[in-house]
Amino acid sequence: MSVNAVELENVTFSFSSGHPVLRCVSLEVEPRDFLAVIGPNGGGKTTLMKIVLGLLEPDSGRVRVFGRPPAQARRHMGYVPQDTTFKRDFPIRALDAVLMGRLQGIRPFSGYSRQDREAALERMSMLGIEDLAEKKVGNLSGGQRQRVFIARALATDPDLLLLDEPAASVDPSNQESFYHLLGELNDRITIVMVTHDVGAVSSYVKTVACLNVGLASHGEGLDHGSMAEAYGCPIELLAHGVPHRLLGEKRDLEGDVD
Amino acid sequence: MIEALAQYTFLQNAFAAALLGAVAAGVVGTLVSVNRMSSLAGSVAHASFGGLGLAYAASFPHLLGALLFSLVSALGIGVISLRYRERADTAIAAFWAIGMAAGLVLIKLSGGYAVDLMSYLFGSIMAVPGRDLILMGLLDLVVLLFVAGFFRELVAISYDSEFSRVQGIRVGLLFMLFLCVVALTVVMLIRVVGLIMVIAMLTIPPAIARMFVGRVGRMMAASAVIAAVLSVGGLALAWYTGLQGGPMIILLSGATYLTAFLVRGESS
Repeated sequence: MSVNAVELENVTFSFSSGHPVLRCVSLEVEPRDFLAVIGPNGGGKTTLMKIVLGLLEPDSGRVRVFGRPPAQARRHMGYVPQDTTFKRDFPIRALDAVLMGRLQGIRPFSGYSRQDREAALERMSMLGIEDLAEKKVGNLSGGQRQRVFIARALATDPDLLLLDEPAASVDPSNQESFYHLLGELNDRITIVMVTHDVGAVSSYVKTVACLNVGLASHGEGLDHGSMAEAYGCPIELLAHGVPHRLLGEKRDLEGDVD
Repeated sequence: MIEALAQYTFLQNAFAAALLGAVAAGVVGTLVSVNRMSSLAGSVAHASFGGLGLAYAASFPHLLGALLFSLVSALGIGVISLRYRERADTAIAAFWAIGMAAGLVLIKLSGGYAVDLMSYLFGSIMAVPGRDLILMGLLDLVVLLFVAGFFRELVAISYDSEFSRVQGIRVGLLFMLFLCVVALTVVMLIRVVGLIMVIAMLTIPPAIARMFVGRVGRMMAASAVIAAVLSVGGLALAWYTGLQGGPMIILLSGATYLTAFLVRGESS
């Protein structure tokens, strides 16, 4: 499959207040890429992810996921939202949360099938959390909960996994194993992850993109300093040696910075 | 009381109404509770007073008026909260107060002094006519069919509406349908405890249930059973003390919740 997993072309988005959250963002994500979108809070990372998911409509620009508009590509996408968005006191078992990944549209008067349950448990055991199936999600630790939501996203059998601030709830000692896990999944699945925590970007990440609304300064002669200034990207990260992209006008200015 | 129950139709009707109301209260109340929508339910209940006033002024069946206004307010709040999430709170407060104001003005304009409308404010469970029981039974059927039909989807949109949308569920549509079911339930419970206290019938039984169970389906069943026990218990208390049915149900519910909370805490 040579078609790009994600293609954004000059995407602009603003909330009703009028202030642009994204300005002329262009991006291509190849199949099996592991892209980390970094940038400051309020830089539009979550908005970008929701546009790819089809949860938000851009004001202008073109969005394609596996060559199709997001709404038609939903079956290919697994979404792991930010942990802070969950209702901690909601009465739901981990298994039932994972089973949500088996839903496909509204199907009246149908329950989860045996295959659904087996698939859900299989994803859970893949993530080492099968023994938590009966536990209430609200009572799990941050790292366990994160795995439940990854299992849920994987239960959809996605070709593209989208994670919003996945490292936020994983305690530092478990981060390495967490990224190792994503790295393994990346053998089969394209991964896009957004994070404001640049320390979270690990060696498993193949590509890094910086996002802060859009391109503030662009053109040739970008040096580490101006890039760090414009995007809030730290120098050491740019020196990682991974392909580094800037999102903004004039398409992606791709290239190794080092 | 058993003898009286055998003897008086009004008492039989009261118990039947309490039990029928408990089913919808437990099932819908659970979803209201996990969605933290109790103020929305309160608003819909109070807005229905405007419909009662209109029905009184224009001489058509009172419950029809209540249903009309509760549906309009539920859908109105629904549309506003889907479009402009941060305005939901304002919409809830506005429908709440406007419904009450409209009701009072309409009653005054119709030259009334509508004593019987007071029964809608505080309930009139000791005076439920037989045909209302049939209506309540039908409403229970609608509520149960709706929740059984869309159970997985309702749980999903309550827990994580964005993920549900990515799974292809039409969240807005299902949410609006659910609000209609809330409106139906509210009107049904007005008969039992009155529109001022509907909010307690919808929130207290699920609040007790969630101390003991950790799944939505079980919480619905437990809430319905708890609501039934509290309603029957409250009615019995009212019978022996000669006090009003609706308020006794609510007072018993409140005392039970407090006791459960003290014994059990916010565990489970």
